[in-house]
Amino acid sequence: MNLAARCLVEGEAEGAVALLSIPLSFWGGFDPASGRVIDRSHPVFGAEIAGRVLAMPSGRGSSSASSVLAEAIRRGTAPAAIILTIADPIITVGAIVARKLYGKACPVVVCDAADFERLSEGMRVRVIAREGLCAIVATGV
Amino acid sequence: MRLTAFEKDMAAGGQGAAAAFAMDILLRFGEAIGAPALLEIAQAHVDGCLYHGEVSLDFVERLVAEGGRVRAPTTLNVGSMDLLHPELIGGAAALRSAGRRLMEAHLALGCERSFTCAPYQTRFRPRFGEQIAWGESNAIVFANSAIGARTNRYGDFIDLCCAMTGRAPAFGLHLDANRKGEILFRVHDAAEATDTLYVAIGAIVGARSQGRIPVIEGLPPPRSEDQLKALGAVAASTGSVALFHAIGITPEAPTYRDAFGGGEPRQIIELSSADLRDALAKLSTAPEGAPLVAVSLGTPHFSVGEFQTLAPLLSGFRAAPGVEVYVNTGRETYAAIAGNGLLAGLEAAGVIVVTDTCTYVTSILRKLDGVVMTNSGKWAHYAPGNLGVEVAFGSLEDCIASAAAGRVVRSALL
Repeated sequence: MNLAARCLVEGEAEGAVALLSIPLSFWGGFDPASGRVIDRSHPVFGAEIAGRVLAMPSGRGSSSASSVLAEAIRRGTAPAAIILTIADPIITVGAIVARKLYGKACPVVVCDAADFERLSEGMRVRVIAREGLCAIVATGV
Repeated sequence: MRLTAFEKDMAAGGQGAAAAFAMDILLRFGEAIGAPALLEIAQAHVDGCLYHGEVSLDFVERLVAEGGRVRAPTTLNVGSMDLLHPELIGGAAALRSAGRRLMEAHLALGCERSFTCAPYQTRFRPRFGEQIAWGESNAIVFANSAIGARTNRYGDFIDLCCAMTGRAPAFGLHLDANRKGEILFRVHDAAEATDTLYVAIGAIVGARSQGRIPVIEGLPPPRSEDQLKALGAVAASTGSVALFHAIGITPEAPTYRDAFGGGEPRQIIELSSADLRDALAKLSTAPEGAPLVAVSLGTPHFSVGEFQTLAPLLSGFRAAPGVEVYVNTGRETYAAIAGNGLLAGLEAAGVIVVTDTCTYVTSILRKLDGVVMTNSGKWAHYAPGNLGVEVAFGSLEDCIASAAAGRVVRSALL
């Protein structure tokens, strides 16, 4: 599998997909100390998403989510990469700020809703987001 | 994005490293939301002084280290510290010191020492039609709705990037086409413009607008703009309202036709007195008669007018043992009430005036194991989650009467 994507924040990362059918707000929904989902109303409450490739349809919630994501990237508790179907300015800003301040990449990409359907929970993928090349590639481990 | 020669130069570093750093982030944001260009802003309001972790400090101190200065007049929202009364703030010393450093780093960029969530009631109040880039939800909704200035909901990092570049992306509420009403709330049987009526309507409008721009019909004209401030603050707490129109009251809605830009609402919601009473009841977690530990007023920050309304209620007032009364305000208002004698009266009555911050965002209340009463729909919405307290909502008069009685006593809610 090799899916075309649009790059919002550059980087390259690999990991197992954490597929969320409902968007997660990083502010109030994610704990940057533990890397876990802490929104009790979310279907994956308690799941660890640190180091995973987070795939969710869109972003959600307060702009304070930018700080929470950037802080998680700084601490190394953030997802390895983020895949969305709708570009999200709040997630973009969090990831770009961390990249500029700490040189730590959490690539953020947008793919078609139809392509998004081809991702599945636990599937290993590589997200490549760089000048001239942006893709989601299954690594099949 | 289509950029001017000057904007391209700024992005390339021609206006300094800090401006280029901010411009890069702003352009990424602009691309993510699909803005075709940037527009010049008259001012910014930055909500960056609350400490969210080391990244908050690293971001601002990086701009300071690169010699950055804001390019538009920029006010600051509340911080984690009361710099005028540091003894009021509890919590870990390391956090207090980080909070203070964060506020000082913003000042080093040339931001104004305002530290208020009500910058629209200071000398920096924007004018009708002005393009501005504001953070802080209640300030955003007030500027758009009550004044007719234009801002989107800016937040973390981006509000400061707008300030550092003097630009905002040309999208959303900056543009005429996106400011038309979309959903109509019809208020029935509301004859008197009480404070609690405004809070009730705001709570419902926030909860039920679902991202659409609300228009309110049947709202009795406000006694003061502080009522519009209370309505907007709660609407921006129970929902994400950034702009509302009140027909015959707010500047972009002299008539129904103006409010909807000649179109028609996609949905109409009828509000009865029972709906309004329900909305107010939902703002309390504590019952009538519950013993109080504190009263908190001034969310958003109290205005001089609100202090003038409070002053006569304090004649002969003494709080019941164990009950503290707090009022949050900005330092410009604080200076005004210190100058006109109101502050002395408050202090004589034992009222604790907090500046630069707010009782629901930092460690101020000495007792958290009890019920706190407030006249703020915003405070009532956030404090149980933020502080773990039980809350009782009531009018200003009921808050003061309850503080004296030591328990929640309320006259009719509406």
